[in-house]
Amino acid sequence: MATNTETAETIRSLTGEYKYGFVTDIAAEQAPRGLNEDIVRFISAKKSEPAWLLEWRLKAFRAWCAMEAEEPAWANLRYPAIDYQNAYYYSAPKSDADRPKSLDEIDPELLATYEKLGIPLREQEALAGIAVDAVFDSISVATTYKEKLAEVGVIFCPMSEAVTKHPELVRKYLGSVVPYSDNFFATLNSAVFSDGSFVYIPEGVRCPMELSTYFRINAAQTGQFERTLIVAEKGSYVSYLEGCTAPMRDENQLHAAVVELVAMDDAEIKYSTVQNWYPGDENGKGGIFNFVTKRGACRGRNSKISWTQVETGSAITWKYPSCILQGDNSVGEFYSVATTTNLQQADTGTKMIHIGKNTRSTIISKGISAGRSQGTYRGLVKVLGGAENARNYTQCDSLLLGDKCGAHTIPYIESRNRTARVEHEATTSKISEDQLFYCSQRGLSQEDAISLIVNGFCKEVFKELPMEFAVEATKLMNVTLEGAVG
Amino acid sequence: MPSLLEIKDLHATVGGQEILRGLTLTVEAGEVHAVMGPNGSGKSTLAHVLAGRPGYAVTKGEIRLQGKDLLEMSTEARACEGVFLGLQYPVEIPGVSNMYFLKAALNAIRSHRGETELDAIEFLKIAREKAKLLEMNENLLQRAVNVGFSGGEKKRNEIFQMALLNPTLAVLDETDSGLDIDALRIVSDGINALRSETRAILLITHYQRLLEYIVPDKVHVLSEGRIVKTGGKELALELEKSGYADFEKKDAAAMTASA
Repeated sequence: MATNTETAETIRSLTGEYKYGFVTDIAAEQAPRGLNEDIVRFISAKKSEPAWLLEWRLKAFRAWCAMEAEEPAWANLRYPAIDYQNAYYYSAPKSDADRPKSLDEIDPELLATYEKLGIPLREQEALAGIAVDAVFDSISVATTYKEKLAEVGVIFCPMSEAVTKHPELVRKYLGSVVPYSDNFFATLNSAVFSDGSFVYIPEGVRCPMELSTYFRINAAQTGQFERTLIVAEKGSYVSYLEGCTAPMRDENQLHAAVVELVAMDDAEIKYSTVQNWYPGDENGKGGIFNFVTKRGACRGRNSKISWTQVETGSAITWKYPSCILQGDNSVGEFYSVATTTNLQQADTGTKMIHIGKNTRSTIISKGISAGRSQGTYRGLVKVLGGAENARNYTQCDSLLLGDKCGAHTIPYIESRNRTARVEHEATTSKISEDQLFYCSQRGLSQEDAISLIVNGFCKEVFKELPMEFAVEATKLMNVTLEGAVG
Repeated sequence: MPSLLEIKDLHATVGGQEILRGLTLTVEAGEVHAVMGPNGSGKSTLAHVLAGRPGYAVTKGEIRLQGKDLLEMSTEARACEGVFLGLQYPVEIPGVSNMYFLKAALNAIRSHRGETELDAIEFLKIAREKAKLLEMNENLLQRAVNVGFSGGEKKRNEIFQMALLNPTLAVLDETDSGLDIDALRIVSDGINALRSETRAILLITHYQRLLEYIVPDKVHVLSEGRIVKTGGKELALELEKSGYADFEKKDAAAMTASA
């Protein structure tokens, strides 16, 4: 509490003119509850940000204040109103002294989940936020990969570091795909974003390894408002893996992230996500409210952006990873598995905006609903007048487990070009008694049978995931759906 | 030494309607029995009750497999104890390869028996061997379970599964239905090759055509949920000539009398 008072005082003293770097000696870990311009200034100051970035945050904050009535209500989601003034917007990583010292201090249920997922002990420690001492194996791993990336000129660092070390790049691209005024949650993120990843792949470079946020876990614990920016220059390639399969045991927290991707001529970005935030308990208590804006711009000719997501966590998911297909012949892909159980709700899908000629997009969405959950696919395919020969293929399949859940498919198709071809296929099915009986007659337990059938249903998406991720995703589905059918 | 399969006074209902009404049947190890009967006589119900399908309620009687009470066991426990049901309409499982499905099944059964689980390579070796027996194209092993299979391929796949899982009791429900003459020969050859001193096979069929290829030790006629006549292979030929009408009439008369 003492630190909070101290922080509050600092904020008071900050009111008025912003002085760069003024608060660096403050030991506070958390800004007081609530959101106002001073909090935005405080966050920026804590990160020693340049003036342009503070200005950008403030513009976003002011825009957000004017958007109060614009919190999206169109999604097929029901949740109590979020009190934005009752949340904390800045919380620095705790010092090692406050963290759990060993796995003995971690919730055993959490550990059981890790174990089922086959996450090695060392990783479990890192994921659970245990203070990592100098002998932690990852340190050497981290050093090796940093050297390897530096050799080819790839930049991969926390966003806050990029702001300081590569300000020209950040300034050029930040907000260039998702402007600060884009939507309620993205605008909030722009005002208060905590950290995130920055990736820059120079021209002609094929990133020598798959980049994963996991490598960065120890470097910076990202907050609920992370902001990620990936820029792939001409002819480059990168595969980025986001998230880990560890549940976050936070209560009903707001998570509003923004991800921006930029692909130049002949560049390709593959972005894979496995999202397993805490979904709340079986009565719908707790869980993350996940409002995420992800968008990629295929700026260059022949560029390609591919989103693959496996969404199993969060109490509420609101997420539409999109592609703006600007460059001629550019390609956008969206492969998604969204699973909801208990009282989870997901409204997720994509937007494919065809602007350039011969642009192509593919959407494969698999929704699995169990318990009393609701899953909605919402997708927009928009073909603008100049998008000669644009092609889209969309396939949405929903699988229902039990008879108290819901699956909804809401496609929006707008085409302003006669040469465009847009296809949409959708199915909804239940795991049939016939399939379950067939499996159990061959000796499989009910749970194995369900996991077999569900994984078969998701196969088209799982095969798009990098190898290790695919294995994790399969295990995650099994853990998620355990006991989903009685 | 108990019989391999012993069914006593079995009564079973489906959707509240009594289908099996006091069925008694004993099959010894090494034997092949055919159960024949008109539509609605309870042939498929018998097959599903043996396998323990949910929705089929046994109201009276008992079923013993090598002396063990089958009715006490779940569907998968029966499968692990060696009950195999070849389905009349094999089920499709999209996205799951035949190999993956069967490896999971075989390993579930092996671990129940206390045997070590097979890895992919060991499994593939056995699977290829058995596939040859059924003249199955190897690409059917890689494809999703029964998805896009022709009727004949599906039935062949059932017998292929039987060959792999090596059951104690195989119940084959209308395995001959929908097969052309070549497919019937291949499937029958496969079944004949699987006859064994330690196994019993129950062929459930409407027509005697199948029995020209697989010669049974005994033929039972099922009518109105009871075995009404038992004989040797010649009984099937007799049925072929006279049809089931005799049995049905007799039964209908008995029912009217008792009503």
